[in-house]
Amino acid sequence: MARSNKPIVWGPFAAGGTLTAFLTPVLILLTLLAGLGHVPEALAYDPLRYFAAHWLGKLAIVLVVFLSLWSAAHRLRITFYDFGVRCDTLVAVVVYCAAASGTAAAIIFLLRI
Amino acid sequence: MAQEVTRRPYLREVPRARWFFRHPRYLRYMARELSCVFIGAYTLLLVAGLKRLSEGQAAYEAFLDSLGAPASVAFHVIALGFALYHSVTWFNLTPKALPVQVGEDFLPARVIAGAHYAAWALLSAAILFFAGAF
Repeated sequence: MARSNKPIVWGPFAAGGTLTAFLTPVLILLTLLAGLGHVPEALAYDPLRYFAAHWLGKLAIVLVVFLSLWSAAHRLRITFYDFGVRCDTLVAVVVYCAAASGTAAAIIFLLRI
Repeated sequence: MAQEVTRRPYLREVPRARWFFRHPRYLRYMARELSCVFIGAYTLLLVAGLKRLSEGQAAYEAFLDSLGAPASVAFHVIALGFALYHSVTWFNLTPKALPVQVGEDFLPARVIAGAHYAAWALLSAAILFFAGAF
């Protein structure tokens, strides 16, 4: 049977697509409210730090960041192809590395909390 | 192979980068695909917020203040539009991705998509409530 690495990149894409469909609009709404001067209680410094200090909160944040970035990266790779960029391997390496670095950065910041 | 035996192979000309202006359906596809740029950028904004959160109260409150900049509010509004479009297109595809068979028949598409919409509404309302947004 032919082996393929497609499921490895596609699995997180499907998971991330589902997660962002459910979660991203409401998250944007929360930070939009904060920007408009009506900061939701959970986004104040103390509650948010308390949430990010717990290992379960850290895990949830890393999961959301990784899946969102990965699904965006995968879709961006396909979109580059649609825009006529034909060096798919290079694009794939760049976008997946960007998603991985963003996740790594999130982990580093969380470990400092 | 085919090109060797055919005298004039048919080559359909497709503009490489502007093909999606040819049909509204292609344009809607592109709008859906471009939602990834805004969702990705927004997630990076959250990572930047995590950095400021790790730097202490003053840094984090400066970050909250910076969310009120006109450029930030404009980005949020546009990103919200694209994120909603992603959600709608994603949930509308769920009946194709997760067909549910009951006996001989399949559940109607609107039931599966509708269940996702209902769960989405409940989850969003619950998060807004528990985050103290209202």
